[in-house]
Amino acid sequence: MTAISVRNLSKSFGKKRALDEVSLDIKRGEMVALIGASGSGKSTLIRHICGLDTASAGHSNIEILGKLIQESGKLTAEARAIRGRVGVVFQQFNLVNRLSVLSNVLFGNLGRIPAWRGTLGWFSAEEKKAAREALARVGIPEVAWQRASTLSGGQQQRAAIARTLVQRSDILLADEPIASLDPSSARRVMEILAAVNRDQEITCVVSLHQVEYARRYCPRTIALRDGRVVFDGPSSQLTNRMLVELYGSNSEELILPDAPTYPVKPKRAAPVGSAPAFA
Amino acid sequence: MTDTSNTASPRPAPVEIEPNWTRSRGTTICWIALAVLLAWSWGPAEMSNWPHLFTDSGNMAQYAKEFSHPDFSDWRYYAQEMVVTLQIALWGTFLAAALAVPLGVLSARNMAPWYVVQPVRRVMDACRSTHELVFAVLFVVAVGLGPFAGVMALFVHTTGIFAKLFSEAVEAIDARPVEAIRSTGASRIQEVLFGVVPQVMPLWISFTLYRFESNVRAATVLGVIGAGGIGQVLFESIRGFYYPQASAMLIIMLVTVSVLDFVSQQMRKLFL
Ligand SMILES: Nc1ncnc2c1ncn2[C@@H]1O[C@H](COP(=O)(O)OP(=O)(O)OP(=O)(O)O)[C@@H](O)[C@H]1O
Ligand SMILES: [Mg+2]
Repeated sequence: MTAISVRNLSKSFGKKRALDEVSLDIKRGEMVALIGASGSGKSTLIRHICGLDTASAGHSNIEILGKLIQESGKLTAEARAIRGRVGVVFQQFNLVNRLSVLSNVLFGNLGRIPAWRGTLGWFSAEEKKAAREALARVGIPEVAWQRASTLSGGQQQRAAIARTLVQRSDILLADEPIASLDPSSARRVMEILAAVNRDQEITCVVSLHQVEYARRYCPRTIALRDGRVVFDGPSSQLTNRMLVELYGSNSEELILPDAPTYPVKPKRAAPVGSAPAFA
Repeated sequence: MTDTSNTASPRPAPVEIEPNWTRSRGTTICWIALAVLLAWSWGPAEMSNWPHLFTDSGNMAQYAKEFSHPDFSDWRYYAQEMVVTLQIALWGTFLAAALAVPLGVLSARNMAPWYVVQPVRRVMDACRSTHELVFAVLFVVAVGLGPFAGVMALFVHTTGIFAKLFSEAVEAIDARPVEAIRSTGASRIQEVLFGVVPQVMPLWISFTLYRFESNVRAATVLGVIGAGGIGQVLFESIRGFYYPQASAMLIIMLVTVSVLDFVSQQMRKLFL
């Protein structure tokens, strides 16, 4: 069964064509990396899939788990219900700054629990426990009561991931979830995403700037350039030439010692610190 | 989402930045327009009467002399009426704030569609642009003389003000946390409660406290047309030439309002 099906999706912001006739299918249980230079449209694509943005004119549609979430630039009536099944880690984390981290994480429950309870902000003891466990899982159990605004960038990113873990969605879209993490936290987060994908069979789409990580954790990679899909296939087939094409010629630091392809046990992989770093 | 793409794309196209002349020209035009408006209003506002301030100084001195001997013998009564004025302002402000929460959200362009925003805004404009005194006169006729008419007058006018201030705060929020709440499948009300309200609450509280201060002042004036409180007593004593008593009342009002200003300022600092 297809988890995400995008047909003919185009989006323009003024004259800028951020997405250009994008079509893709992602099956249930896949773990897909989304790569591309800055401004290539990764975030825009993710925002369309989760129904936060709507396509520009044209016959486009996006289906989530067989249900239309938007069609030809209009959200469907089911969009709100479908959103609950799609967890999103935003590039800028999007936490509610004035509230505690725990509240932010608990909000992941809103789509699942009865509306009246969510509206009153009554979360059960189990839900609170699950929220704290999620925080522990991403490695920041100690900040539960801190205001979200007081967290460091990396902590915010992980709190946002904890929120999607609590959501227990069928699909997880993560927009550069490791962009502001140190190498060991980055690996930890990627491990969590991989585990969620493996054990709970949650379909994951992860946008990344570190091609290294894409190769190591995601069997499939989709590459965007100027809003168009220019590569869609096994991550192992990504070549250095393709990367130069994607990121431009002045990206030598990117070139990988054409090497370990999926699957490689993370333990044995080259130290992450030496991975190409660019954001 | 990010706007870094232009600078960070592989081969950045040279971007020309044009100097912005329109801005400084606009400023000059604004100053000239202000000067023209002032000149135009000079005659109708009888600004040419300004020397009267000095030629009629004898009257002023007389006033000053009587007012400088305040008579506090009835202070209990004045204080009691002052409290009534505070109570009028309290209820008027509270009701307005409560009603302005939904109305403020409904008249924010980023929260509601235009066919809701526009009608709500027009009604709120009408409430805001009509002075409390006018409402007070209407309510005195409708519900009779006394404090309740004052409460209703403040309530209606202040709702108009709050709806505008509250909605401006809502329009200035960061949309991203709201989107995050939306992405969990939350309902619209939940989006507002958890995404919007936490962001605007400090401003809303600050506006409310600030407006409470000015509503206390407004409530004293409302007393003049019979809407209860110390204003009513004050007006009656001035009309009866009881200047020393009026002076005592003015002092009580001054002290109360100053204390209130101070307290609410401290409280607002707490919330912001
Ligand atoms: N709301 C918007 N208004 C105007 N332009 C936008 C908007 N959102 C995105 N864009 C533009 O669309 C293009 C794609 O942006 P997008 O955020 O999807 O890139 P990205 O691949 O996520 O980049 P990055 O790696 O830097 O996050 C960019 O040129 C961007 O400026
Ligand atoms: Mg992005």
